Amino acid sequence: MNIALTHLQRLEAESIHVFREVAASFAKPVMLYSVGKDSSVLMHLAMKAFYPAKPPFPFLHVDTTWKFREMIAFRDQMAQKLGFDLLVHVNEDGVREGINPFDHGSNTHTHVMKTVALRQALDKYGFDAAFGGARRDEEKSRAKERIFSFRNAQHAWDPKSQRPEMWKIFNTRIAPGESIRVFPLSNWTELDIWQYILQESIPIVPLYFAKERPVVERDGMLIMKDDDRMQLRPGEKIENRLVRFRTLGCYPLTGAIESDADTLEAIVGEMLTARTSERQGRLIDRDEAGSMEKKKREGYF
Amino acid sequence: MRHILAKSLAPTDSIRDYMAAQEKKSLLRFLTCGSVDDGKSTLIGRLLSDTKQIFEDQLAALENDSRKHGTTGDDIDFALLVDGLEAEREQGITIDVAYRFFATPKRKFIVADTPGHEQYTRNMATGASTADLAIVLIDARQGVLRQTRRHSIIASLLGIRHIVLAVNKIDLVGFDKTVFDRIVADYGDFAQSLGFTSIVPIPMSARFGDNVTSRSERTPWYSGPSLIEHLETVSVEEAAIELPFRFPVQYVNRPNLDFRGFAGTIASGSVSKGDEVVVAKSGRASRVKRIVAHGGDLEQAVAGQAITLVLEDEVEVSRGNLLVSPAARPQVADQFAANLVWFDEQALLPGRSYILRTETDQVSATVTDLKYRVNVNDFAHEAAKSLDLNEVGVCNLSTRAPIAFDPFAENRTTGAFILIDRISNATVGAGMILHSLRRAENIHWQSLDVGKRGRSDLKNQRPAVFWFTGLSGSGKSTIANLFERKLFASGRHTYILDGDNVRHGLNRDLGFTDADRVENIRRVAEVAKLMADAGLIVIVSFISPFSAERRMARELMGEGEFVEVFVDTPFEECARRDPKGLYARALSGEIKNFTGVDSPYETPENPEIRLKTLGRTPEEMAEALEHWLTERDVAEEQYDDGGGI
Repeated sequence: MNIALTHLQRLEAESIHVFREVAASFAKPVMLYSVGKDSSVLMHLAMKAFYPAKPPFPFLHVDTTWKFREMIAFRDQMAQKLGFDLLVHVNEDGVREGINPFDHGSNTHTHVMKTVALRQALDKYGFDAAFGGARRDEEKSRAKERIFSFRNAQHAWDPKSQRPEMWKIFNTRIAPGESIRVFPLSNWTELDIWQYILQESIPIVPLYFAKERPVVERDGMLIMKDDDRMQLRPGEKIENRLVRFRTLGCYPLTGAIESDADTLEAIVGEMLTARTSERQGRLIDRDEAGSMEKKKREGYF
Repeated sequence: MRHILAKSLAPTDSIRDYMAAQEKKSLLRFLTCGSVDDGKSTLIGRLLSDTKQIFEDQLAALENDSRKHGTTGDDIDFALLVDGLEAEREQGITIDVAYRFFATPKRKFIVADTPGHEQYTRNMATGASTADLAIVLIDARQGVLRQTRRHSIIASLLGIRHIVLAVNKIDLVGFDKTVFDRIVADYGDFAQSLGFTSIVPIPMSARFGDNVTSRSERTPWYSGPSLIEHLETVSVEEAAIELPFRFPVQYVNRPNLDFRGFAGTIASGSVSKGDEVVVAKSGRASRVKRIVAHGGDLEQAVAGQAITLVLEDEVEVSRGNLLVSPAARPQVADQFAANLVWFDEQALLPGRSYILRTETDQVSATVTDLKYRVNVNDFAHEAAKSLDLNEVGVCNLSTRAPIAFDPFAENRTTGAFILIDRISNATVGAGMILHSLRRAENIHWQSLDVGKRGRSDLKNQRPAVFWFTGLSGSGKSTIANLFERKLFASGRHTYILDGDNVRHGLNRDLGFTDADRVENIRRVAEVAKLMADAGLIVIVSFISPFSAERRMARELMGEGEFVEVFVDTPFEECARRDPKGLYARALSGEIKNFTGVDSPYETPENPEIRLKTLGRTPEEMAEALEHWLTERDVAEEQYDDGGGI
C-alpha cells in the first residue's frame, strides 16, 4: 500500500480537522456560503468531515440582491439536494435606500450590502464562529491571516495583534459577543481548488464554464448584463462573446474572461497558462491600495 | 491591464497526465527567519518571481507600490509583495507571518515569511511550528546576531531539524569567501548543541538572485547547490508513520443511537480494521470495527489522515483522550517538565493558573517551578522567577487533571501544548513536553470515608469561603473580625485567614513581587479549600490584587462555596486612613510594590458582595454579610435533594 499522502489529501485532512475543531469548541457556528467555487469545495469538505452525520451547523448566504441569477438558482438547488439548513440574509435597510453598485459605486455597495449585512446576520443569530472560504494565495492581506481569526464584539479584525497559532492547536476561547472567523481553505491555492473539484467531481455554478454571454466592455473589464437593472453608458454596446468567470461576486462588479474552456480539464489547462491573478476580475479590490485589509478590519470576510 | 484572452491549449488527456504528476509531488513547508533587514521578505519575493508565481496584475501593482513605499531605488522592492499589511508597508517592516505558495517541477512549497523584530517573535514561532525546514538569513556585513540565535533556538525547540544558512547580501562584501567562511564557522560553533540534522550554508544575494534559483558565476569558490536545488531535494521525510499509533479524539460523532464514531486526525502511526486500541487515560481496550470515510469505509489509515473510528465495544471516550497502540502507550500524568516559549507582555508567573491546551484536550495548569531561563546569546541557564515576553525557559507544570502525552522529542503532535490566559483568552505561551515527573506517578488520591458533607452536617452548617479583597486599609480585617464574631455567637464553626498573619508563618518566605503575590494567594486558596473540606466557614482577608488568582481560588472551591466580597473603599480614603502608616511610606518611595501605588489592583467585576464602605459602619456591613449567608443557606435547603454536595 502506498502510504504517502498526496498533496490534496494533506490539504483535505487539514480542512476537515479545522471543521471538526469548530464543531467541538463553539456553541453556535455557521458556514458562510457564497455559492462560488471555494464555497462549493468548503461545503464538500464539511459533508466529509461529519459523515455519516450532516454538518452540525447552518449555511448562511448574504445576498446582496446583485448576484448572478444562475448563482441563486444553483444555491437553492444545492440546498435541496444536500438537505442542509440554508439561511439567506439581505440588508433590508440597504434595499430600502436603493443601494446599488451603479449609482453608489462598488465601495458603498459592498460595505452596505455585504459587510454590514454580514454583521447584521451574525448579530441576529448570535453566531460565535463563522467559516469562510478565503485562501491565503488570493490577496496579500489574506496571506497574513490566521486559520482561526479573532474578531472583537464589533466584528473587527486587528491585524497587528493576531493570536499566535501554533501547530494544529487552536485557541478557540472567546468572551461573550466576540467571535472567530475560520478559514479551512487557508493553505489551498486556486490550482488546488480546481484540481480538487476535478478529482471529486464537485458541482459548481455553470458560469465558470465558457459559453456565449451578453457582455459590455467597461473600465477594462467584461461585465455581463445579467438583468435589466444594468443601464448602458453612452457608446457602450452589448456583444455576445464566448466568456467564463474565474471568480464570482455581484455581477456588475465581476469581470468575465474570454475563454473557450467549457470543461474542468480545460479550465485547469487554462489556469496553467494564466498570466493574471483571479482577483484581477474583482472590481472591489481595486478601489484603493490595501482595500481588502480595510474591508476586513470593518468585518468583511 | 486588459482582460485576457486565454486559450485552453492542452487536450484533456495531457491535463490528466499533468495532474497525476502534480499529485506525486511532495510538499515542503519552510520558513525564513533571522534578524531585521537581513532580507527575508526580499528572498521570498525573489523565489516567487523566479519561479514565475507572480501574475502580471500583481507585478503591475508591485511596481506601483515600489515607487511609493520602496526602499530599493528604481528597482522593484520584492519585500512589498509579502508585507501585505498597511502598517508593514508604511513602516517598511514585517509584523506578522505571511504564507506564500509556489511550486517547481519537482516539489510544492508553502513558505512562511516571518518577522525579524524581537517584538514579534511569537509570529515567527507561529510560522516555525508547522515548518520542516528553516532558512536562517544572515546579513554578510553583520554576521550572527542576537535574533539569529533566538530564532535558531526557537526553531530547534519547535522540532525543526533542517537549516539553510543563507549568508545574504554577499554582493555587499564583494563576494568575499573569507567573510562567508567566518560566518559559517561562527554559526556552526553556536548551533552545534541545537540538534540540527543538516545545516547547509549558501552565499546569496536575494536582491540580485545569486545562488537563489541557479548557481552564481560571481561566487566561483562556492560549489554547493543553489537554494532552489537544495529545497527541491532535501529529505525531511517525517517518520510519523513509523511511530506508535496515536489518535487524539477531537469530536464524538453521534448522529443517532446506532452510530458512535470518534473523529480526529491520526497524529502518528497507522491503524487497520480489527486492530486492538487502548483508551490512553483509562487503559480500557477495544478493537477497531470500522474506519468510516465519506465514499466508503477504509481498511487502513495513516498519520495525517482525518478519519472517524467506530469501536467494537461501548467504551467511554471523549474529546481530549487518545486512542493508542496497546504495545506502546503514551504517558498519563498531571505533572511534567517542559520547554516553554513566552509570548505575552504580561510575564509568566509560577503559581498563576492558565488554561493548557493540547491538540484536543484542555485543562487548568500552573507552572509549579521555573527551573531556569535560557540566555539566547550563550545558552547559559539563568535562575529566574518569571519569564518575560519572548523568553525561553524550562519549567515544571501541574495540571488539574491528568493529560495523555508523549515527549515532544518523540512526537511533535502529542508532545506540544499552548497556554492561554484565563482573563484575556490570549495565547500566552507554547510548550514542548520533556518528561513526566516521577512524583506525579507515585502520588495518588487517597479515598477517604468521611466526606465534606458529613463533616459540615455534624457542625450543622454549610461550608463557605468568604474571600475579602480590597486595598490595604480598606477595612477588610475590621469587617472580617466583626463578621466572625457574629457567626461565632450564633454557633457556627469558622476560621479567619488574615493576610498579615499568614505571612508570619506559612508564607514567611514570600515577598511582594508579582510572582510572590501569586504564590501567596495560591497557598492561601489551597488552605481555604482544605478548611472548607473540613466543613468550616472560612473568611479570607487578603488584598489579592489580581483577578486571575481570585478566579483560580474560585475554581478550587465547590459550587456556590466561593463568595467574593469586594471591600470597596476609594484609594484616597485608604491613604487618608492609613491605619498602619504604610501609604505614607509607599508614597514617599520607601516601600516598593505597594498595591495601588506602584503595583496594580484589578477591581472585581462581578463580586457576590460589594461593600461600599464610605458612610457605613463596619457593624452594618458585618450584619449584611450574616444576612447574606442565612439567605444562601435557606435557598440551598429548598433546592437540596439530599444527594450530597
